[in-house]
Amino acid sequence: MSKIKTNRSRRDFIKMAGAAATAVAAGIGGFPYVARAAGNIKIGIVHPVTGWAQYSGSQARFGAVTALKEINAGGGIKSMGGARLEAVLGDAQSKPEIGAAVVEKFNEAGVSSIVGAYASNICLATTQAAAKYGIPHVVDVGVSDKIVSRGLENTFRFGPGFGAITKAGVENFLNINKAAGSPVKTVAIVNEETTGFGAGIAKIMTRGLKPAGIEVVEVLSHPTPNKDFRNIVLRLKEIDPDVVIPSHYYNEGVLFLRTLQRQKVQPKAIYSVLGGASSQYRFLAEFPDAAQYVMDCNHWFDPRNPEALALKKKTEEAGLYFNYEVFLAYTAMMFTADAIERAASADRGKIIEAMAASNWAGSIMPYGPTRMVNGQNTGARPLVTQVLGKEILVIAPETYAQAKAVFPRPA
Amino acid sequence: MELFGLSIPLYGWQTVLGSAISGVFLGSIYALVALGLTLIYGVLHIINFAHGALLMLAMYGVYFLWRYFGIDPYLAMLVIVPAGFFFGYGLQRYVIGWASHGKDEIILLVTLGIAIVIENGALFFFTATERSVRVPYDLDGIDLGVTYAVYPELAALAGSLLITGGLWLFMTRTDTGKAIRAVARERQGARLVGINVDHIFAVTFGIGVACVAAAASLLVPTYPVHPQIGSLFVLIAFTVVVLGGMGSFVGALIGGLLIGVTEQLGRLYLGESLGLITVSLIFILVLLFRPNGLFGQKTGQGSS
Repeated sequence: MSKIKTNRSRRDFIKMAGAAATAVAAGIGGFPYVARAAGNIKIGIVHPVTGWAQYSGSQARFGAVTALKEINAGGGIKSMGGARLEAVLGDAQSKPEIGAAVVEKFNEAGVSSIVGAYASNICLATTQAAAKYGIPHVVDVGVSDKIVSRGLENTFRFGPGFGAITKAGVENFLNINKAAGSPVKTVAIVNEETTGFGAGIAKIMTRGLKPAGIEVVEVLSHPTPNKDFRNIVLRLKEIDPDVVIPSHYYNEGVLFLRTLQRQKVQPKAIYSVLGGASSQYRFLAEFPDAAQYVMDCNHWFDPRNPEALALKKKTEEAGLYFNYEVFLAYTAMMFTADAIERAASADRGKIIEAMAASNWAGSIMPYGPTRMVNGQNTGARPLVTQVLGKEILVIAPETYAQAKAVFPRPA
Repeated sequence: MELFGLSIPLYGWQTVLGSAISGVFLGSIYALVALGLTLIYGVLHIINFAHGALLMLAMYGVYFLWRYFGIDPYLAMLVIVPAGFFFGYGLQRYVIGWASHGKDEIILLVTLGIAIVIENGALFFFTATERSVRVPYDLDGIDLGVTYAVYPELAALAGSLLITGGLWLFMTRTDTGKAIRAVARERQGARLVGINVDHIFAVTFGIGVACVAAAASLLVPTYPVHPQIGSLFVLIAFTVVVLGGMGSFVGALIGGLLIGVTEQLGRLYLGESLGLITVSLIFILVLLFRPNGLFGQKTGQGSS
């Protein structure tokens, strides 16, 4: 008896050590970690879960993995006799070249499709590497419009791109400004320039705002990561624009908004376009004062969709915050599964065909039926939110609005 | 204004002065991180690659003390500084010293290895999530007119001055300080007069880590903690050490402030991305014209 017991515990120990070692390798070393046994449909999930984008990358990974689990729990791919999806995880380490290397490993592992890879510069690299092998790649977050304008047949983006978001951002901003009696004359843009998601923001903004008599007085660009925003805030203090339009990632968003608060610089409104922190529950929880009245034109779920609210609950129960990384990666995985369902095949080429022809309308996003043009879902659109008290509420467009914009912000 | 083909914008004096002042605050943080480094690097000739990782670990210590015991980050110094000392002592005596057999090139690799273990350990146990400490006096401060100086920034500046002064007094006035300098200058001779060289090595390393722990307490109210936070400061801290002169505390302080101001002004005039080259530029110029640093000793010091 005692002998068996010893054996077992040793076996358990080896099993545990093995699992831990694999988890460490997957989480840290960037080696793909095959989650289940062979025979299923393998989906590569690549995100930066270490490096500067680690927080957002981990959130996105949670979203994609949650969707995959839900699909399996719901009976898998029905057109293939309930075939299961199997996650192959990869860490891009916040570097495009590592992301491309992960895709090479995905190819060797025989994935049918890829979901990823958060930041624009990483997505550019992973989609290109996947194109070499004809692996369908659904971009979850990366908004740079270069991603879908290179003629890569394998590349799809279910969410809206930067150009569409900025255009919607300008339109909604003009509406909000008009409703308040047009108090805005000048705006200043603060944008990130490392990963290039916001390249050309000044041009699009100027073109859109000029006819309404609003001038873009300054464009302040900064790298990602950036550890200090005092110079930028000092400049804003000197220029004193009516509205500040930030466009960057989460950490920079937090630091920027906090620096504004610390330096007591308070424009009529902060209206961000892809603001990073501006519509994040986490930022609201940690710095409620700095977040108040901040508006953001960004990815947002349909607030009336019960499935979206169920996912929100699930995310919060997992101890995470429900933000765009989570629901975009979740939706990208759902779109992938729907395409596999339509293709009724694990063949890469057939899945690409199904994705290109998809008219899926079952997402938790406010998009309507899918229509892919050159890999971009033209049905996708952003919403404008504002932090009001303890809530982040949709204020525009009208169809989805939960509250009226508070603008200009009370002093 | 045009300079070398780059257009240099003209800003109001308030912006420039405000930027310079913010450079002083940033510089005091660089100085804080560099102080422990200059002791270990300059006195023991150990290039401590684990410095950033130890800073990060100490910051987590401060964060957890605040999160689970409600201890104010500044009060946490009473716990975290002695803990840092003993951790550093043990690390040098039983890991670095033991694994390196006294060879400098091995020490380099050992500290690099420790850095990798600590950083990935932190990632595994603490996850990648950034954690921020919220203190009630977070946004309070003094209005300097051109810019607002919040208390956490003023505390970091005061802390860097106090720690510099304290280290200087310790090194010049105490027997242990004298023994450290003796070991740095002539290891064999120190051993001959009865100094326990291994013990002194470990004590020095311990003090270096204690400095980093103090820096962590002063950084936490401003900077969120995550496993990569150390690398944000430590590369510049190396520059500060070389600029100030290896082993010179005053040099680390002045060097830190100088780099902070240069960096801020560079970023103001050249843009936030390009401005960072001013730091490298200063580094190269110092290596060219004052290879011993601003306050470094002319003659080569060190053991055999």
